[in-house]
Amino acid sequence: MHIHWFKYSSPQTFYPLAGKMIPWFAALAVLLTIAGLYVSFAIAPTDFQQGEAYRIIFVHVPAAWMSMFIYIVMAGWAALGLGFNARLSAMMAQALAPTGAIFTLLALVTGSLWGKPMWGAWWVWDARLTSELILLFLYLGFMALQSSIDDPRRADRAGALLALVGVVNVPIIYFSVKWWNTLHQGSTINMGVAPKMAMTMLLGMLLMALAFWMYSIAVALMRVRCIMLERERSTDWVKALSTGGQA
Amino acid sequence: MQWASWSAFFNMGGYAFYVWFSFGLTALCLIWEVLALRKRSQQALRLSQLLAQD
Amino acid sequence: MNTRKTNAKTNAWTSAWLTVLKRDLLLALRRRSDIATTLFFFVIVSSLFPLGIGPEAAVLSSIAPGVLWVAALLAGMISLSRLFAADFTDGTLEQMLLAPQPLAWLVTAKILAHWLVCGLPVVLLAPLIGLQYALPNEALLVLVYSLLLGTPALSLIGAIGAALTLGVRGSGLLVALLVLPLYIPALIFGAGAVAASQHGMSAQAHLSLLAACSLLSLVLAPLATAAALRISVE
Repeated sequence: MHIHWFKYSSPQTFYPLAGKMIPWFAALAVLLTIAGLYVSFAIAPTDFQQGEAYRIIFVHVPAAWMSMFIYIVMAGWAALGLGFNARLSAMMAQALAPTGAIFTLLALVTGSLWGKPMWGAWWVWDARLTSELILLFLYLGFMALQSSIDDPRRADRAGALLALVGVVNVPIIYFSVKWWNTLHQGSTINMGVAPKMAMTMLLGMLLMALAFWMYSIAVALMRVRCIMLERERSTDWVKALSTGGQA
Repeated sequence: MQWASWSAFFNMGGYAFYVWFSFGLTALCLIWEVLALRKRSQQALRLSQLLAQD
Repeated sequence: MNTRKTNAKTNAWTSAWLTVLKRDLLLALRRRSDIATTLFFFVIVSSLFPLGIGPEAAVLSSIAPGVLWVAALLAGMISLSRLFAADFTDGTLEQMLLAPQPLAWLVTAKILAHWLVCGLPVVLLAPLIGLQYALPNEALLVLVYSLLLGTPALSLIGAIGAALTLGVRGSGLLVALLVLPLYIPALIFGAGAVAASQHGMSAQAHLSLLAACSLLSLVLAPLATAAALRISVE
């Protein structure tokens, strides 16, 4: 068992393996996106309160889910990297961060695009939007720390520790923001899913979330390959790969 | 099917801007990310090719 | 026999801890301008808001909890980069890493010294600034309580950021980016406590949560800081 794991966790063997996996995840992402879009636009009924504008949840909610999920997965890779001193885990954590940040940004923008017609304002200090904003700060901090440390080993470990500190803090931050929100607003702005949501709406969100998930895996693998190439620039296997013309 | 016609579909019950902007921006960001990563890996390969020639 | 051994060990731990604390306080006393800078920063930031917003007492007292707490956050943060920097350059930090006592334990002494030098003066000065914001007496008292309970959490969490960015280029700004999001719960509960007392409500719940934040960071932050220092130094 151990031998296998170590074998696949070396960049030289993981690089082609990741290359073989990417098309499958990409294809799954495309298929699920098509199915998800079909359900969200063609099958899901019009919401009687929000009209057609509610269809934004089919990107907003999955993007918000992914933004949080990716942060947790990133912290998991970071913990593995710190605990077992595994380079590949740290690289995976680093590869996930920008994708997570993009989903966070998308959740924020689509949230405000949904908010404008529903609440009449582009931005409302709603607990969920505020938490997403703070999550974006956490992602940016992680990326800034890693990019400002030149030594890749130190950058990996410092970033991993920061991700762990962040993941411990996320529930506390979320709780405090919720607390703050109920104290200051008290009114019933329900960003959440409408109370009686049709099954098809849930299905649409689930399909889109799965599509985003597959997309994230494919993109993280693409990025981890880039990181490997950049870090191992002067090793023989990268040189052989680049002159052989096979990417 | 929910829609009487294509124009009704594109109109999104008057919320066309919000709905299409959301989906369009999402698509744009995700496609941009993939393209940027392709470029990054090509550049990395080209650089190590140069290193290999030295 | 066994107890004597444990006693000796405890004594060694205590004396090492006290040495670090004394040393840091002495160094801070020698460079008193550092303390003054932090305090001056706090005063100037909180004096800028009335100039930008206008002198109406009602408006000022309604923004006071948030403004004073944010000013305290920022004042605590600008001094963070000095927490380990001098020890890092003169090699003291490596000595601490090699010391028989756990690094996390010694780190608590350094954090306490930082809080005594940069946190406590802000806590003591805050009610004076609160007077400028037309805060009633009761709210002033809650302000002091909340800062007293909350600023240790700021120093503790800040130490993680300071340790992670040790010797990194642009570390001053980087610390802000890393640490400020983690300060949000303390800000919410701290400013919330003052606001609650202004509205005639009990600040008890806020203060308890703030104390919980401080206690939790007292348990976890030294461990994380020690790990971060090892990463940065090795």
